[in-house]
Amino acid sequence: MEESFLDLLLLRDWNLRMAAMCTALLGAACGMVGTLMLLRKRALAADAMSHATLPGVVCAFLMAPALGSAKSLGVLLVGGAVTAIGSALCITWIRRFPHVKEDTATGVVLGGFFGLGLALLGVAQSMPSGAQAGLTSFIYGKAASLTQQDLRWITAGALASCIICVLLFKELRLLCFDESFAASIGRRTKLLDALLMGLVGAVVVIGLQAVGAVLVLALLILPGAAARQIGGSLSRVMLMAALTGALSGWLGCVASAAAPRLPAGAIIVLVAATMFACIAVVAGMCRARGRRTVLP
Amino acid sequence: MRVSYRNHEVLQGIDLDIPAGKLVGIVGPNGAGKSTLIKACLGIVPMGAGSVQMLGGTYEQHRLDVGYVPQRESVDWDFPVSASEVVAMGTYGRLGLFRPIGKQQRAEAMAALKTVGLADLAHRQIGQLSGGQQQRVFLARALVQRASIYLMDEPMASVDATTEERILAVLHGLRDSGCTPVVVHHDLGTAAQFFDWIVLLNRTIVASGPPEVVLTRANLHMAYGGHLAAFATREAAPLRDPV
Repeated sequence: MEESFLDLLLLRDWNLRMAAMCTALLGAACGMVGTLMLLRKRALAADAMSHATLPGVVCAFLMAPALGSAKSLGVLLVGGAVTAIGSALCITWIRRFPHVKEDTATGVVLGGFFGLGLALLGVAQSMPSGAQAGLTSFIYGKAASLTQQDLRWITAGALASCIICVLLFKELRLLCFDESFAASIGRRTKLLDALLMGLVGAVVVIGLQAVGAVLVLALLILPGAAARQIGGSLSRVMLMAALTGALSGWLGCVASAAAPRLPAGAIIVLVAATMFACIAVVAGMCRARGRRTVLP
Repeated sequence: MRVSYRNHEVLQGIDLDIPAGKLVGIVGPNGAGKSTLIKACLGIVPMGAGSVQMLGGTYEQHRLDVGYVPQRESVDWDFPVSASEVVAMGTYGRLGLFRPIGKQQRAEAMAALKTVGLADLAHRQIGQLSGGQQQRVFLARALVQRASIYLMDEPMASVDATTEERILAVLHGLRDSGCTPVVVHHDLGTAAQFFDWIVLLNRTIVASGPPEVVLTRANLHMAYGGHLAAFATREAAPLRDPV
Protein backbone atom coordinates (compact mmCIF):
# COMPACT_ATOMS: atom_id res chain seq x y z
CA MET A 1 0.00 0.00 0.00
CA GLU A 2 1.62 3.20 -1.21
CA GLU A 3 0.92 6.30 0.81
CA SER A 4 1.22 9.77 -0.62
CA PHE A 5 3.65 12.21 0.96
CA LEU A 6 0.69 14.32 2.06
CA ASP A 7 -0.73 11.35 3.95
CA LEU A 8 2.61 10.99 5.67
CA LEU A 9 2.96 14.67 6.44
CA LEU A 10 -0.51 14.79 7.97
CA LEU A 11 0.37 11.69 10.00
CA ARG A 12 -2.76 9.76 8.99
CA ASP A 13 -1.04 6.53 10.01
CA TRP A 14 -1.26 5.95 13.77
CA ASN A 15 2.14 4.27 14.06
CA LEU A 16 3.85 7.08 12.19
CA ARG A 17 2.01 9.66 14.29
CA MET A 18 3.38 8.09 17.46
CA ALA A 19 6.88 7.80 16.00
CA ALA A 20 6.86 11.44 14.84
CA MET A 21 5.68 12.65 18.23
CA CYS A 22 8.43 10.70 19.97
CA THR A 23 11.16 11.91 17.63
CA ALA A 24 9.87 15.46 18.13
CA LEU A 25 10.08 14.98 21.88
CA LEU A 26 13.59 13.57 21.48
CA GLY A 27 14.52 16.58 19.33
CA ALA A 28 13.18 18.96 22.00
CA ALA A 29 15.21 17.22 24.74
CA CYS A 30 18.30 17.24 22.49
CA GLY A 31 17.79 20.97 21.85
CA MET A 32 17.60 21.86 25.54
CA VAL A 33 20.43 19.63 26.75
CA GLY A 34 22.51 20.39 23.65
CA THR A 35 22.35 24.17 24.24
CA LEU A 36 23.80 23.72 27.73
CA MET A 37 26.39 21.27 26.37
CA LEU A 38 27.51 23.80 23.74
CA LEU A 39 27.78 26.59 26.33
CA ARG A 40 29.87 24.28 28.50
CA LYS A 41 32.05 23.56 25.42
CA ARG A 42 31.62 19.80 25.71
CA ALA A 43 30.51 18.91 22.19
CA LEU A 44 33.61 16.85 21.44
CA ALA A 45 33.40 14.86 24.67
CA ALA A 46 29.73 14.20 23.93
CA ASP A 47 30.68 12.96 20.44
CA ALA A 48 33.02 10.43 22.02
CA MET A 49 30.25 9.36 24.40
CA SER A 50 27.75 8.85 21.60
CA HIS A 51 30.15 6.71 19.57
CA ALA A 52 31.13 4.79 22.70
CA THR A 53 27.56 3.54 23.16
CA LEU A 54 27.99 1.08 20.27
CA PRO A 55 30.34 -1.45 21.97
CA GLY A 56 28.08 -1.41 25.03
CA VAL A 57 24.95 -2.14 23.03
CA VAL A 58 26.61 -5.00 21.13
CA CYS A 59 28.25 -6.37 24.29
CA ALA A 60 24.89 -6.39 26.06
CA PHE A 61 23.42 -8.21 23.05
CA LEU A 62 26.18 -10.84 23.11
CA MET A 63 26.19 -11.30 26.87
CA ALA A 64 22.45 -11.20 27.59
CA PRO A 65 21.83 -14.93 26.95
CA ALA A 66 24.86 -15.92 29.05
CA LEU A 67 23.59 -13.79 31.94
CA GLY A 68 20.14 -15.30 31.59
CA SER A 69 18.38 -12.06 30.70
CA ALA A 70 16.34 -11.30 27.62
CA LYS A 71 17.77 -9.21 24.78
CA SER A 72 15.30 -6.46 25.55
CA LEU A 73 15.89 -2.90 24.46
CA GLY A 74 16.36 -1.86 28.08
CA VAL A 75 19.32 -4.23 28.51
CA LEU A 76 20.92 -2.99 25.29
CA LEU A 77 20.50 0.66 26.26
CA VAL A 78 21.94 0.05 29.73
CA GLY A 79 24.94 -1.57 28.00
CA GLY A 80 25.31 1.54 25.83
CA ALA A 81 25.07 3.84 28.84
CA VAL A 82 27.76 1.88 30.70
CA THR A 83 30.32 2.22 27.90
CA ALA A 84 29.36 5.88 27.39
CA ILE A 85 30.18 6.59 31.04
CA GLY A 86 33.33 4.46 30.67
CA SER A 87 34.43 6.61 27.72
CA ALA A 88 34.02 9.81 29.78
CA LEU A 89 36.15 8.32 32.57
CA CYS A 90 38.71 7.17 29.99
CA ILE A 91 39.06 10.72 28.64
CA THR A 92 39.74 12.02 32.17
CA TRP A 93 42.31 9.26 32.71
CA ILE A 94 44.15 9.73 29.38
CA ARG A 95 44.30 13.51 30.02
CA ARG A 96 46.72 12.78 32.86
CA PHE A 97 49.39 11.49 30.49
CA PRO A 98 52.04 14.04 29.52
CA HIS A 99 51.58 15.92 26.21
CA VAL A 100 47.94 14.85 25.86
CA LYS A 101 45.43 17.63 25.36
CA GLU A 102 41.66 17.34 25.76
CA ASP A 103 40.94 16.95 22.02
CA THR A 104 43.64 14.31 21.62
CA ALA A 105 42.28 12.27 24.53
CA THR A 106 38.77 12.58 23.12
CA GLY A 107 39.92 11.46 19.68
CA VAL A 108 41.72 8.45 21.13
CA VAL A 109 38.65 7.37 23.10
CA LEU A 110 36.17 8.03 20.27
CA GLY A 111 38.20 6.02 17.76
CA GLY A 112 39.00 3.23 20.19
CA PHE A 113 35.47 2.68 21.44
CA PHE A 114 33.77 2.98 18.06
CA GLY A 115 36.33 0.66 16.46
CA LEU A 116 35.68 -1.87 19.20
CA GLY A 117 31.94 -1.47 18.62
CA LEU A 118 32.22 -2.14 14.88
CA ALA A 119 34.43 -5.19 15.50
CA LEU A 120 31.97 -6.60 18.03
CA LEU A 121 29.10 -5.85 15.65
CA GLY A 122 30.84 -7.99 13.02
CA VAL A 123 30.99 -10.86 15.52
CA ALA A 124 27.34 -10.42 16.52
CA GLN A 125 26.11 -10.33 12.93
CA SER A 126 27.92 -13.53 12.07
CA MET A 127 25.82 -15.26 14.72
CA PRO A 128 22.48 -16.75 13.62
CA SER A 129 20.40 -14.52 15.91
CA GLY A 130 22.45 -11.43 15.22
CA ALA A 131 21.51 -10.81 11.61
CA GLN A 132 17.83 -10.21 12.35
CA ALA A 133 18.35 -8.35 15.60
CA GLY A 134 18.46 -4.95 13.89
CA LEU A 135 21.70 -3.96 15.56
CA THR A 136 22.68 -1.76 12.62
CA SER A 137 19.75 0.53 13.50
CA PHE A 138 21.84 1.56 16.51
CA ILE A 139 24.39 3.01 14.08
CA TYR A 140 22.12 4.66 11.50
CA GLY A 141 18.75 4.96 13.28
CA LYS A 142 15.25 3.92 12.21
CA ALA A 143 12.99 6.80 13.20
CA ALA A 144 9.94 5.89 11.14
CA SER A 145 9.80 2.25 12.21
CA LEU A 146 10.27 2.57 15.95
CA THR A 147 8.51 -0.09 18.02
CA GLN A 148 6.18 0.55 20.96
CA GLN A 149 9.01 -0.36 23.30
CA ASP A 150 11.38 2.15 21.65
CA LEU A 151 8.74 4.84 21.93
CA ARG A 152 8.24 4.25 25.65
CA TRP A 153 11.99 4.57 26.31
CA ILE A 154 12.32 7.71 24.23
CA THR A 155 9.27 9.40 25.79
CA ALA A 156 10.36 8.63 29.36
CA GLY A 157 13.98 9.67 28.81
CA ALA A 158 13.18 12.84 26.87
CA LEU A 159 10.53 14.03 29.34
CA ALA A 160 12.83 13.34 32.31
CA SER A 161 15.71 15.25 30.67
CA CYS A 162 13.47 18.25 29.87
CA ILE A 163 12.06 18.33 33.42
CA ILE A 164 15.54 18.22 35.00
CA CYS A 165 16.71 21.03 32.68
CA VAL A 166 13.76 23.18 33.73
CA LEU A 167 13.98 22.41 37.46
CA LEU A 168 17.73 23.00 37.64
CA PHE A 169 17.80 25.73 34.99
CA LYS A 170 19.22 28.36 37.33
CA GLU A 171 22.01 26.11 38.63
CA LEU A 172 22.98 24.72 35.22
CA ARG A 173 23.12 28.24 33.79
CA LEU A 174 25.36 29.35 36.64
CA LEU A 175 27.63 26.32 36.10
CA CYS A 176 27.94 27.00 32.37
CA PHE A 177 28.50 30.75 32.81
CA ASP A 178 30.75 31.03 35.85
CA GLU A 179 31.95 27.82 37.42
CA SER A 180 34.27 29.42 39.98
CA PHE A 181 31.52 31.72 41.28
CA ALA A 182 29.24 28.69 41.58
CA ALA A 183 31.93 26.94 43.62
CA SER A 184 32.42 30.05 45.79
CA ILE A 185 28.76 30.06 46.88
CA GLY A 186 29.00 26.38 47.78
CA ARG A 187 27.50 24.71 44.72
CA ARG A 188 28.92 21.25 44.05
CA THR A 189 30.20 22.04 40.60
CA LYS A 190 31.62 18.57 39.92
CA LEU A 191 28.27 17.00 40.75
CA LEU A 192 26.41 19.52 38.56
CA ASP A 193 28.89 18.89 35.75
CA ALA A 194 28.38 15.14 36.09
CA LEU A 195 24.62 15.73 36.01
CA LEU A 196 24.89 17.75 32.80
CA MET A 197 27.05 15.10 31.13
CA GLY A 198 24.59 12.49 32.49
CA LEU A 199 21.78 14.34 30.71
CA VAL A 200 23.85 14.38 27.51
CA GLY A 201 24.46 10.64 27.94
CA ALA A 202 20.75 10.02 28.55
CA VAL A 203 19.54 11.79 25.40
CA VAL A 204 22.30 10.12 23.39
CA VAL A 205 21.22 6.66 24.61
CA ILE A 206 17.50 7.20 24.01
CA GLY A 207 18.34 8.76 20.64
CA LEU A 208 20.28 5.68 19.48
CA GLN A 209 17.27 3.84 18.06
CA ALA A 210 15.85 6.87 16.25
CA VAL A 211 18.97 8.66 14.99
CA GLY A 212 21.86 6.23 15.55
CA ALA A 213 25.22 6.51 17.32
CA VAL A 214 27.01 8.21 14.44
CA LEU A 215 24.72 11.21 14.05
CA VAL A 216 22.86 11.60 17.34
CA LEU A 217 25.38 14.26 18.39
CA ALA A 218 24.39 16.41 15.42
CA LEU A 219 20.85 16.53 16.81
CA LEU A 220 22.35 17.83 20.07
CA ILE A 221 24.46 20.51 18.38
CA LEU A 222 22.35 21.85 15.49
CA PRO A 223 19.20 23.09 17.33
CA GLY A 224 21.30 24.84 19.99
CA ALA A 225 23.60 26.38 17.40
CA ALA A 226 20.59 27.58 15.39
CA ALA A 227 18.89 29.07 18.46
CA ARG A 228 22.09 30.95 19.38
CA GLN A 229 21.82 32.73 16.02
CA ILE A 230 18.47 34.17 17.08
CA GLY A 231 19.93 35.40 20.36
CA GLY A 232 18.26 36.53 23.57
CA SER A 233 18.55 35.15 27.08
CA LEU A 234 19.33 31.52 27.80
CA SER A 235 15.72 30.60 28.58
CA ARG A 236 14.68 31.92 25.18
CA VAL A 237 17.61 30.21 23.44
CA MET A 238 16.72 26.89 25.07
CA LEU A 239 13.06 27.26 24.12
CA MET A 240 13.98 28.05 20.51
CA ALA A 241 16.42 25.11 20.47
CA ALA A 242 13.72 22.79 21.80
CA LEU A 243 11.30 23.97 19.09
CA THR A 244 13.95 23.63 16.35
CA GLY A 245 14.87 20.16 17.61
CA ALA A 246 11.23 19.08 17.82
CA LEU A 247 10.49 20.31 14.29
CA SER A 248 13.63 18.57 12.98
CA GLY A 249 12.56 15.33 14.65
CA TRP A 250 9.01 15.57 13.35
CA LEU A 251 9.88 16.46 9.75
CA GLY A 252 12.82 14.07 9.71
CA CYS A 253 10.65 11.19 10.87
CA VAL A 254 8.05 11.93 8.18
CA ALA A 255 10.72 12.26 5.48
CA SER A 256 12.31 9.02 6.54
CA ALA A 257 8.93 7.28 6.27
CA ALA A 258 8.69 8.61 2.71
CA ALA A 259 12.19 7.30 1.92
CA PRO A 260 12.49 4.08 3.95
CA ARG A 261 15.72 3.00 2.20
CA LEU A 262 17.70 6.01 3.38
CA PRO A 263 19.15 6.02 6.91
CA ALA A 264 16.70 7.80 9.21
CA GLY A 265 19.38 9.43 11.31
CA ALA A 266 20.90 11.07 8.25
CA ILE A 267 17.53 12.47 7.15
CA ILE A 268 16.70 13.91 10.59
CA VAL A 269 20.11 15.51 10.83
CA LEU A 270 19.85 16.92 7.29
CA VAL A 271 16.52 18.51 8.20
CA ALA A 272 18.12 20.00 11.35
CA ALA A 273 21.13 21.25 9.32
CA THR A 274 18.81 22.87 6.78
CA MET A 275 16.92 24.61 9.59
CA PHE A 276 20.23 25.81 11.03
CA ALA A 277 21.30 27.21 7.65
CA CYS A 278 17.96 28.99 7.12
CA ILE A 279 17.90 30.47 10.64
CA ALA A 280 21.55 31.58 10.39
CA VAL A 281 20.94 33.33 7.05
CA VAL A 282 17.73 35.06 8.19
CA ALA A 283 19.28 36.09 11.53
CA GLY A 284 22.34 37.43 9.68
CA MET A 285 20.12 39.46 7.35
CA CYS A 286 18.16 40.87 10.33
CA ARG A 287 21.42 41.84 12.06
CA ALA A 288 22.71 43.58 8.94
CA ARG A 289 19.42 45.44 8.59
CA GLY A 290 19.56 46.46 12.26
CA ARG A 291 23.06 47.83 11.75
CA ARG A 292 21.99 49.80 8.70
CA THR A 293 19.12 51.44 10.55
CA VAL A 294 21.39 52.35 13.46
CA LEU A 295 24.05 53.87 11.23
CA PRO A 296 23.38 57.46 10.00
CA MET B 1 41.42 35.73 58.71
CA ARG B 2 44.19 33.21 58.89
CA VAL B 3 45.45 31.38 55.82
CA SER B 4 48.00 28.62 55.84
CA TYR B 5 48.41 27.14 52.43
CA ARG B 6 51.11 24.75 51.41
CA ASN B 7 51.49 23.83 47.80
CA HIS B 8 54.93 23.51 46.31
CA GLU B 9 53.67 24.78 42.98
CA VAL B 10 52.11 28.11 43.87
CA LEU B 11 51.95 29.20 47.49
CA GLN B 12 54.12 28.17 50.38
CA GLY B 13 53.88 28.79 54.08
CA ILE B 14 51.20 31.47 53.93
CA ASP B 15 50.48 32.85 57.40
CA LEU B 16 48.34 35.93 57.17
CA ASP B 17 45.99 37.95 59.35
CA ILE B 18 43.80 40.58 57.72
CA PRO B 19 42.07 43.14 59.96
CA ALA B 20 38.32 43.63 59.56
CA GLY B 21 36.95 46.93 58.30
CA LYS B 22 39.93 47.89 56.15
CA LEU B 23 40.24 48.19 52.39
CA VAL B 24 42.91 45.58 51.68
CA GLY B 25 45.02 45.28 48.54
CA ILE B 26 46.94 42.14 47.57
CA VAL B 27 49.86 43.10 45.31
CA GLY B 28 52.75 41.15 43.85
CA PRO B 29 54.40 40.30 40.53
CA ASN B 30 52.77 38.15 37.81
CA GLY B 31 52.61 34.52 38.88
CA ALA B 32 52.94 35.43 42.56
CA GLY B 33 49.79 33.44 43.34
CA LYS B 34 47.49 36.38 44.14
CA SER B 35 44.43 34.80 42.48
CA THR B 36 45.33 31.40 43.86
CA LEU B 37 45.38 32.81 47.39
CA ILE B 38 41.83 34.11 46.98
CA LYS B 39 40.61 30.93 45.31
CA ALA B 40 42.14 28.79 48.07
CA CYS B 41 40.34 30.91 50.68
CA LEU B 42 37.06 30.22 48.87
CA GLY B 43 37.71 26.52 48.41
CA ILE B 44 37.74 26.83 44.61
CA VAL B 45 41.35 25.59 44.49
CA PRO B 46 42.03 22.71 46.88
CA MET B 47 44.44 23.52 49.69
CA GLY B 48 47.40 21.23 50.11
CA ALA B 49 47.40 21.84 53.85
CA GLY B 50 46.27 24.50 56.26
CA SER B 51 43.09 26.28 57.23
CA VAL B 52 41.24 29.52 56.64
CA GLN B 53 39.35 31.33 59.38
CA MET B 54 36.84 34.07 58.65
CA LEU B 55 34.83 36.07 61.19
CA GLY B 56 35.90 33.64 63.88
CA GLY B 57 34.73 30.51 62.08
CA THR B 58 35.44 28.37 59.03
CA TYR B 59 34.59 29.50 55.53
CA GLU B 60 31.82 26.89 55.29
CA GLN B 61 30.13 28.42 58.35
CA HIS B 62 30.30 31.92 56.91
CA ARG B 63 29.88 31.21 53.22
CA LEU B 64 26.99 33.64 52.90
CA ASP B 65 29.08 36.41 54.49
CA VAL B 66 31.68 36.25 51.74
CA GLY B 67 31.27 37.85 48.32
CA TYR B 68 33.46 36.98 45.34
CA VAL B 69 34.41 38.81 42.15
CA PRO B 70 36.30 36.50 39.75
CA GLN B 71 38.65 37.77 37.06
CA ARG B 72 36.78 39.16 34.09
CA GLU B 73 38.62 36.85 31.68
CA SER B 74 37.43 33.77 33.58
CA VAL B 75 34.03 33.73 31.86
CA ASP B 76 32.71 33.70 28.30
CA TRP B 77 31.12 37.13 27.75
CA ASP B 78 29.34 35.82 24.65
CA PHE B 79 27.06 33.84 27.00
CA PRO B 80 23.33 34.46 26.38
CA VAL B 81 22.51 36.28 29.60
CA SER B 82 21.60 39.89 30.47
CA ALA B 83 23.38 42.16 32.96
CA SER B 84 20.52 41.98 35.47
CA GLU B 85 20.44 38.17 35.23
CA VAL B 86 24.17 37.99 36.03
CA VAL B 87 23.72 40.34 38.99
CA ALA B 88 20.80 38.28 40.30
CA MET B 89 23.19 35.29 40.46
CA GLY B 90 24.52 36.97 43.61
CA THR B 91 21.31 35.94 45.40
CA TYR B 92 21.68 32.24 44.52
CA GLY B 93 23.69 31.53 47.68
CA ARG B 94 20.70 32.56 49.82
CA LEU B 95 18.14 30.97 47.49
CA GLY B 96 17.86 27.21 47.55
CA LEU B 97 18.64 24.86 44.67
CA PHE B 98 15.14 24.73 43.23
CA ARG B 99 13.84 28.18 44.15
CA PRO B 100 13.62 30.43 41.11
CA ILE B 101 14.50 34.12 41.03
CA GLY B 102 11.58 36.25 42.23
CA LYS B 103 10.54 39.87 42.33
CA GLN B 104 12.63 40.63 45.40
CA GLN B 105 15.83 39.25 43.84
CA ARG B 106 15.23 41.19 40.65
CA ALA B 107 14.72 44.39 42.68
CA GLU B 108 17.96 43.76 44.57
CA ALA B 109 19.79 43.27 41.26
CA MET B 110 18.42 46.55 39.91
CA ALA B 111 19.46 48.42 43.05
CA ALA B 112 23.00 47.05 42.79
CA LEU B 113 23.19 47.96 39.09
CA LYS B 114 22.13 51.49 40.05
CA THR B 115 24.94 51.64 42.63
CA VAL B 116 27.54 50.84 39.96
CA GLY B 117 25.88 53.21 37.45
CA LEU B 118 24.49 50.63 35.01
CA ALA B 119 20.76 50.79 35.72
CA ASP B 120 19.95 51.78 32.14
CA LEU B 121 21.88 48.81 30.73
CA ALA B 122 20.21 46.20 32.96
CA HIS B 123 18.55 44.31 30.14
CA ARG B 124 21.48 44.42 27.72
CA GLN B 125 23.17 41.14 26.82
CA ILE B 126 26.50 41.08 28.63
CA GLY B 127 28.39 40.67 25.34
CA GLN B 128 27.21 44.14 24.28
CA LEU B 129 28.82 45.83 27.31
CA SER B 130 32.31 47.34 27.36
CA GLY B 131 35.05 45.71 29.44
CA GLY B 132 34.64 48.27 32.22
CA GLN B 133 30.88 47.82 32.28
CA GLN B 134 31.30 44.04 32.45
CA GLN B 135 33.59 44.51 35.42
CA ARG B 136 30.97 46.67 37.13
CA VAL B 137 28.34 43.98 36.50
CA PHE B 138 30.55 41.55 38.41
CA LEU B 139 30.94 44.09 41.22
CA ALA B 140 27.15 44.57 41.35
CA ARG B 141 26.71 40.80 41.64
CA ALA B 142 29.04 40.76 44.64
CA LEU B 143 27.07 43.66 46.23
CA VAL B 144 23.88 41.62 45.91
CA GLN B 145 25.55 38.90 47.98
CA ARG B 146 25.25 41.31 50.97
CA ALA B 147 28.45 39.93 52.46
CA SER B 148 30.79 41.34 55.10
CA ILE B 149 33.99 40.14 53.41
CA TYR B 150 34.52 40.64 49.67
CA LEU B 151 37.28 38.86 47.79
CA MET B 152 37.87 40.49 44.41
CA ASP B 153 40.23 39.28 41.71
CA GLU B 154 41.63 42.25 39.76
CA PRO B 155 38.43 44.29 39.50
CA MET B 156 40.41 47.26 38.21
CA ALA B 157 42.48 45.48 35.55
CA SER B 158 42.33 47.27 32.18
CA VAL B 159 39.25 49.37 32.92
CA ASP B 160 38.50 52.96 31.89
CA ALA B 161 38.86 55.89 34.30
CA THR B 162 35.09 56.15 34.93
CA THR B 163 34.91 52.50 35.94
CA GLU B 164 37.97 52.78 38.19
CA GLU B 165 36.42 55.78 39.95
CA ARG B 166 33.09 53.98 40.34
CA ILE B 167 34.68 50.83 41.66
CA LEU B 168 36.79 52.77 44.16
CA ALA B 169 33.72 54.66 45.37
CA VAL B 170 31.90 51.36 45.90
CA LEU B 171 34.92 49.88 47.73
CA HIS B 172 35.14 52.91 50.01
CA GLY B 173 31.41 52.69 50.65
CA LEU B 174 31.78 49.03 51.61
CA ARG B 175 34.64 49.77 53.97
CA ASP B 176 32.79 52.68 55.58
CA SER B 177 29.82 50.42 56.26
CA GLY B 178 32.09 48.04 58.18
CA CYS B 179 32.79 45.46 55.42
CA THR B 180 36.24 44.20 54.46
CA PRO B 181 36.96 44.33 50.73
CA VAL B 182 40.10 42.35 49.83
CA VAL B 183 41.23 43.28 46.35
CA VAL B 184 43.89 41.69 44.13
CA HIS B 185 45.56 44.64 42.43
CA HIS B 186 48.05 44.60 39.58
CA ASP B 187 49.28 48.18 39.69
CA LEU B 188 51.90 48.85 42.35
CA GLY B 189 51.89 52.53 41.41
CA THR B 190 48.35 53.17 42.69
CA ALA B 191 48.29 50.61 45.51
CA ALA B 192 49.41 52.98 48.29
CA GLN B 193 46.84 55.56 47.26
CA PHE B 194 43.92 53.08 47.02
CA PHE B 195 44.31 50.79 50.03
CA ASP B 196 44.47 51.05 53.84
CA TRP B 197 46.26 47.74 54.21
CA ILE B 198 48.57 46.02 51.76
CA VAL B 199 49.60 42.40 51.46
CA LEU B 200 52.77 42.02 49.41
CA LEU B 201 52.86 38.54 47.96
CA ASN B 202 55.31 36.50 45.95
CA ARG B 203 54.53 32.82 46.46
CA THR B 204 54.70 33.59 50.16
CA ILE B 205 53.80 36.63 52.24
CA VAL B 206 56.60 39.20 51.87
CA ALA B 207 54.92 41.79 54.07
CA SER B 208 51.48 42.74 55.32
CA GLY B 209 50.37 45.99 56.95
CA PRO B 210 49.65 49.65 56.24
CA PRO B 211 51.14 50.90 52.94
CA GLU B 212 53.86 53.02 54.56
CA VAL B 213 55.13 49.97 56.46
CA VAL B 214 54.85 47.47 53.61
CA LEU B 215 55.97 49.38 50.52
CA THR B 216 59.61 49.79 51.51
CA ARG B 217 62.52 49.44 49.13
CA ALA B 218 63.68 46.26 50.86
CA ASN B 219 60.24 44.59 50.74
CA LEU B 220 59.65 45.53 47.10
CA HIS B 221 63.07 44.20 46.19
CA MET B 222 62.17 40.95 47.93
CA ALA B 223 58.85 40.66 46.09
CA TYR B 224 59.79 41.95 42.66
CA GLY B 225 63.54 41.21 42.59
CA GLY B 226 65.45 42.68 39.66
CA HIS B 227 62.30 44.04 38.01
CA LEU B 228 61.94 46.61 40.74
CA ALA B 229 64.30 49.30 39.36
CA ALA B 230 62.52 49.66 36.02
CA PHE B 231 59.12 49.39 37.67
CA ALA B 232 59.87 51.98 40.33
CA THR B 233 61.09 54.67 37.94
CA ARG B 234 58.35 54.15 35.40
CA GLU B 235 55.43 53.79 37.76
CA ALA B 236 56.81 56.17 40.40
CA ALA B 237 55.95 53.74 43.16
CA PRO B 238 55.98 55.36 46.58
CA LEU B 239 59.24 53.90 47.83
CA ARG B 240 60.12 54.50 51.41
CA ASP B 241 63.10 53.40 53.40
CA PRO B 242 62.36 51.45 56.55
CA VAL B 243 62.01 53.73 59.54
